[in-house]
Amino acid sequence: MAKIVSLTDAVAEFVHDGDTVALEGFTHLIPFAAGHEIIRQRRRDLTLARMTPDLVYDQLVGAGCARKLIFSWGGNPGVGSLYRLRDAITAGWPTPLEIEEHTHAGLANRYVAGASGLPFAVLRGAAGTDLVQHSPSVSTVRCPFTGEHLTAVASLNPDVTIVHAQRADRAGNVQLWGISGVQKEAVFAARHAIATVEEVVDELTPMPGGVVLPRFTVAAVAVVPGGAAPSYAHGYYDRDNTAYLEWDKISRDRETFTAWLRRIEKGDLEKNEGAP
Amino acid sequence: MKHTAEEMMTVAAARELRDGQTVFVGIDLPSRAANLARRLHAPGLVLVYESGTIDTRPDELPLSIGDGVLTEHALTVVGVPEIFNYWLQAGRMDVGFLSGAQIDRYANLNTTVIGEYDEPDVRLPGSGGAPEISAGCREVIVVMRHRKRAFVDRVDFVTTFGHGSGPTDRALLGLHGAGPVRVITDLGVLEPDPGSKELMLTALHPGCTVEQVRAETGWTLEIADDLGETTPPTERELTTLRAMRTVGADRR
Repeated sequence: MAKIVSLTDAVAEFVHDGDTVALEGFTHLIPFAAGHEIIRQRRRDLTLARMTPDLVYDQLVGAGCARKLIFSWGGNPGVGSLYRLRDAITAGWPTPLEIEEHTHAGLANRYVAGASGLPFAVLRGAAGTDLVQHSPSVSTVRCPFTGEHLTAVASLNPDVTIVHAQRADRAGNVQLWGISGVQKEAVFAARHAIATVEEVVDELTPMPGGVVLPRFTVAAVAVVPGGAAPSYAHGYYDRDNTAYLEWDKISRDRETFTAWLRRIEKGDLEKNEGAP
Repeated sequence: MKHTAEEMMTVAAARELRDGQTVFVGIDLPSRAANLARRLHAPGLVLVYESGTIDTRPDELPLSIGDGVLTEHALTVVGVPEIFNYWLQAGRMDVGFLSGAQIDRYANLNTTVIGEYDEPDVRLPGSGGAPEISAGCREVIVVMRHRKRAFVDRVDFVTTFGHGSGPTDRALLGLHGAGPVRVITDLGVLEPDPGSKELMLTALHPGCTVEQVRAETGWTLEIADDLGETTPPTERELTTLRAMRTVGADRR
């Protein structure tokens, strides 16, 4: 049953060194504040899963929190590269980073299998590509009804999934709307789930296309207004595209990144979460 | 009106799309071309982005695949598993619009690494939705700037399967769609030879030469017997293209 706690307490209780952690949110509702809290609490050896690592995992990888990354598209959307990711993969800075990559459909279906309590999911997949030989969680399976050969992907069950949502009620039921990505699947696949929210309200009024995560599917809810910035929260604030462009400069070399990291560690940016 | 090579490429790509088609749109060049087509000859074009936004009509171009502007102007928004499983994989998309860092003579695309996978010279973003877009759409159109480092004999990594190594490969793998049917560059248009599926030059953009295209292509490029010339952008096409703005990216 969800309890409403501080973000500091939620991360302290549910994110441990060595855990497999998924911070999901497809361009929209990316839980940046939670990522920064994980950096501040100096978690190490995490296996980070996320379809689009985005700036938030560039930051966690650059801060040395991760041992492994599971992903399907690792760029700065609309801008270019994620330089901390690149530095970790090609030069092992600040620590070596193992990678396991998928197609979007492959990774999305790994969460679907995890959420469904199944060991794997079936899809037509990326037949003929080189990806298959580099990912241990991709295989093939023969359909027992038609004999057709299909792609199989192993389920992904994170120790903890963290999502950001627009709001929760006082019982801890969480509601999000707009682009909803794979948040529902990632929450249902996880052993524990944390939601950060823009606000707590007395009653959740239905929203078109809205997703509700009932209170018994979420372990902890933390109220963090602006917790998705510089990504966005539909109906609350827009994506800060300028910040995404700025990150290209900050992340490009180790020195400017380290200066940014020191400010995050000191909590200087907490008031204006996420803005690099 | 004078135009740049980049504008010719975008206009030529936009002309490939027909009114009423469903198109699965990648970000950047494909998104610009698809939105141009919708503002010109294809007002009923159905744009679908992998973020789950269906039949979206953004008034400004999105910077990312999941910008709010796509949601605000969408008929409906669905989750990511649904967009890939129900919409793309099940064969509901007419056209896939892709780009890449490398393309080879059989239109296979690489967006993963330059060099060896385990010790890459350059690590690129990876797959995203491209492999399934190429597998699931009825046909695929590629939009890429024509440079020798991008148009290579063999891609370093097959991220997205085009025609593999010849005419029978797609069928053998059980891929339903036709795969890449056209590659629009800033110099001209390439299409797979109907027999061999090797890309050949079928049209030049105005002012471009065969020598220029060959110099920017990393394999011995065949030239179609009936080599065409692209119609230059009309004033309306150029004016519309130049009026399109990207959300929040005015400082680029």
